[in-house]
This record gives sequence, C-alpha cells and structure tokens, in this order.
Amino acid sequence: MMHVLALIAAIALTVCTAGSAAAERLVVSLSNHRIAVTSSFVGENLVLFGSVEPDPGKTALRASYDVVVTVAGPAQNMRTRRKGRVAGIWVNVASREFVRVPSYLAILSNRPVAQIASPEVLRRLQVGLDNFLLPQRIGPDIADTVRNDPFRVAFIRLQTEHGLYRQAADAVTFLTPTAFRTMVALPANAPNGDYTVEVKLFADGQMVARANSALEVIKTGFEQYVADAARDHGLLYGFATTLMALFIGWFASVVFRRD
Amino acid sequence: MQIYLPIADVPVNVFLVLGMGFAVGFISGMFGIGGGFLMTPLLIFIGISPAVAVASVSSHIAASSFTGAIVYWRRNAIDISLAMMLLAAGIIGTATGVWLFTLLRALDQLDLMIELSYVTLLTIVGAIMIYESVRAEWRTQHGLPATLRRPGSHSWIHGLPFKLRFKRSKIYVSAIPVWAIGFIIGFVGAIMGIGGGFLLVPMLIYVLRVPTATVIGTSMALTLITMASATVMHAATNHLVDGVLALLLMVGGVVGAQFGARTGQAMRAERLRLLLGLLVFAVGLRFAYDLVLQPDDLYSLRHVGAG
Repeated sequence: MMHVLALIAAIALTVCTAGSAAAERLVVSLSNHRIAVTSSFVGENLVLFGSVEPDPGKTALRASYDVVVTVAGPAQNMRTRRKGRVAGIWVNVASREFVRVPSYLAILSNRPVAQIASPEVLRRLQVGLDNFLLPQRIGPDIADTVRNDPFRVAFIRLQTEHGLYRQAADAVTFLTPTAFRTMVALPANAPNGDYTVEVKLFADGQMVARANSALEVIKTGFEQYVADAARDHGLLYGFATTLMALFIGWFASVVFRRD
Repeated sequence: MQIYLPIADVPVNVFLVLGMGFAVGFISGMFGIGGGFLMTPLLIFIGISPAVAVASVSSHIAASSFTGAIVYWRRNAIDISLAMMLLAAGIIGTATGVWLFTLLRALDQLDLMIELSYVTLLTIVGAIMIYESVRAEWRTQHGLPATLRRPGSHSWIHGLPFKLRFKRSKIYVSAIPVWAIGFIIGFVGAIMGIGGGFLLVPMLIYVLRVPTATVIGTSMALTLITMASATVMHAATNHLVDGVLALLLMVGGVVGAQFGARTGQAMRAERLRLLLGLLVFAVGLRFAYDLVLQPDDLYSLRHVGAG
C-alpha cells in the first residue's frame, strides 16, 4: 500500500549543531517536507538521511554513535475514558483529558533507548516514549503523571493501536559508522498540520549533537476545496449537498422507472 | 479501491461504502424507514468519527427517501396532509429534544442516555411488532381476518376530540394522537440522531390505523423533509457533512432503495412487519449486548479539539 518516495536530490539540508562544546555536527535530510493529501492518499513513507561530521579543526570522530529520531504531529487534546460497571451495565465512569499532546508520535532509534544512555539523561532530554511529556488535566492542574499511570498507559496503547504512536528500537540503520537512515511511516489517518522532526545524536551515553527538521501534511486539490467549502460556506455547502441528494434520488427513480 | 474522505480525514474502500449504502438503502426502501439507526453504527465501525457519521448519514437518508418517495408518489401512496401535520409537531419535538440534549451533555451523561434509548426503544418496538405480526399471521392461517381493523374495534384513541379526516389514508382520527406522534418522532430524533422512521411506521399502523398502503410513502415523505433540513443544519453549524462520503452512500443507497421498494410492495404487509420487527429487535439486542457484556477494552479515546 505504502510507497517509498524517491529521494529528491535538490533538498535543502537542515543543519544544526548542539552547542559550542560539541566536536561533531549532525546533518539530516528528509525526503519530503510537504505531504500532499489527495483523494488517493493511503499514507506515505518518508526517508530521513543523516550524517555525522567533525567540526572544522576538531579531532577525529568517535567509534560509534547512537541516534534517536522523534517525529511529533500537531498538538491536540484527547480524552481517555474508562468504563466501569454501574447497575449491571458498562458505562464510562472516569476520564482524563490529555492536553496538547502530539496527534502523531514516532520515536525511532538504532537500539533500545535504555541502552543508549542512563535513565537520568534520557529523562532530562525526554528521550523515548516513557520519558515523553504527556500532560494531563488533573483537577485545576496540568501535569504529566508517573509512567505506569493507567490512563497514560491506556492512552499510549490506544494511540499505538490506531497506528499513530510508534516506538521502534531498530528503525534507524547505520549505513557507515557516521551515516544513517530511517523511514518515517505516516499512516493514512495521520492528522493534517505541522510536524516536527528532532534528531538526537548520542555517544558514550551523552548527547553530542542535535538537529531539527519539519514537515507538513496538507490537503490539496479537490480534497482541500471540499474541506474549505464545508468550513467557510457551511450553509451553501449544506444546500449543495441536499440538492445533490435530491438529484441522485430523482435520477435513480428515472433510471429505474419501469412503468 | 481506496478514496480519502476530505472531512472525515480517513481513506475508505469505495466498494465497501457503496455496498453499505446499497444494503441500508434496500432496507430503507422496503420498510419506508430512513435506516439511520443501521448506517450510523456501520460507519463508526469502519472508522469514521461519530459526529461526521451522524451528519453525513442525514444526506444519504434524504437521497434514498426521496427516490423511495417518488415511487410511492406515482402510486398515490403518500398522505401529504398527514405528513405535514406530523412535521409541524415534529419541529416542536425536535426543539425540545435539542434542549434536553444540551442539558444531558452538560451533565456528561449523554452517551449513556443515547445507548439506553436505543436499547429500550428498539427492543420494545421490535418485540411489539414481532408479536403483532405473528398474531396476524396466525389469524390468517386459521381463516380469521388478518387485520383487526373493522367497525367497532376502535380503541380509546378514536374517541378523542378534534377529529380530522385524512382522505388519502381513509382515516378519521383525532388531531391529538397525530400531534403526539409527530412530537415523539421529533424528540427522539434529536436525542438519538435518527430520522425515527422505524418508530413512525409502527405508530402510524397501530395507533392511527393508517393502512399499510399509505404508511410507507407518508413516512418517507416526512423522513425526506426532516433529513434534508438536518443536512443543512449540520453543515451550517458543525461543518461535519462529508460530501464525498455522502455521495458514495447516496449512489449505493438510491439503487438499493429502488430494489427495496419493489421487494416491499410485492410482499404481504404482515410478513413485512414481522421482518422489520425482527430487524429492529436484533439491533436493539446488539446495543444491549454492548451495555451488559464486559467490553474487550475498558478504555476509549475521544478527540476534544485541537490543542
């Protein structure tokens, strides 16, 4: 179903360095920054290439690196509800609202994040699904909860089942000791909007460089036209849809008329 | 073949949606009901958000009830004056229903209320229809008149004042039950997001004793008007009517409704009522099953707006 886009040669490279002390630079390039949603959209696979390069005048590169790529979709509020038995029937008895959490989240690395750095480093840098901030509205406050909070666990599990959250510890492949690639799979139900791509480079359990990129998922052509009409001219759109219904109803009765 | 829906924001299989439209359209044409109580759960099942499903289904029902209504119109099987009176009462019922809808949503008990009304209404209405039609069938087989509609068998409803004559249906009834039925249909429709045809047909038959010849056409005319206005209102206020989804459902639906209307007219009225009763009862049981049995997943997600 999904197809891999050919890597376009003339893509602007996104370059970023992680502070002055770093001895290396991280260069990443995304195969496509603009995902056009057309009527035949069934999802798309993006390829991200990255390369580790020494800063000018600095010493040689280290022996091995680790990479964690985090792709986050537009923020949205989601309510997680839990059912319970009340008077013999199952009804929603409790709910929590997750505030401004990513609608899409992919955390891709070359090996399990727990092996890349110590838990403290991972927590401080918010690396991995367990350390990703998923703030909930609890009473008047908005705060993240402990990792094994049942609502947090259920939220991640449901989003994963919908194909929107994904953590893969073998998704990043090193082509050479300093060049890597990974594939970002955007499912067909990937929300429209701006996505952020963050690449963190680790060596010896510490982050040594970081690079950012972005992409957007937008409707184009007919899809965009219909969506805009429905949003901006609701009443007219409603009349048009009703007229379409009446026309199709009438047309069918003419076509099928036997007497 | 997959197509991406511009408002629902998901891709669907074109043939699957056309087939669903056909199947529900067939049932709708056969029994003179909108079929919303079948189509909305089906769409939610294939991954369309409930709000978009409810809004888009209304235009599908408008199309299939229009094509059905044309068939009945040609056969002089629509009682316009009865439909208009039901509609007037229905508007008042809808307004009351919308008010209660808002109140229940504020109390966060709307979902439960909708599920409970589905279970209660569908199982009770279905059971009554099955009972009545089986009894009628039994009477036919034992050489007794199939219908109970004979002079002297009028219930207390026919003793009410403000009597009106509906020429097309050949009935002479009080305006009170007509207004009451219209009100109930509008009220329930607003709460449950359905046209209410499956309730209207049995009520017209059993309460007003409208002959089967005009009951389906009249119900379709009423469904057409309510669903056409629902489409416009949904599009103007919530912007959730998916035109592409609606088109696919309509094309399947109108074809299905044509075949359904023919099949329905070729069938004996008692048999038709029994089938509709069984269908309504089965859907009611399905909802009851969901409420009583422990769900596979206790947790569910709901989108509450962009962050």
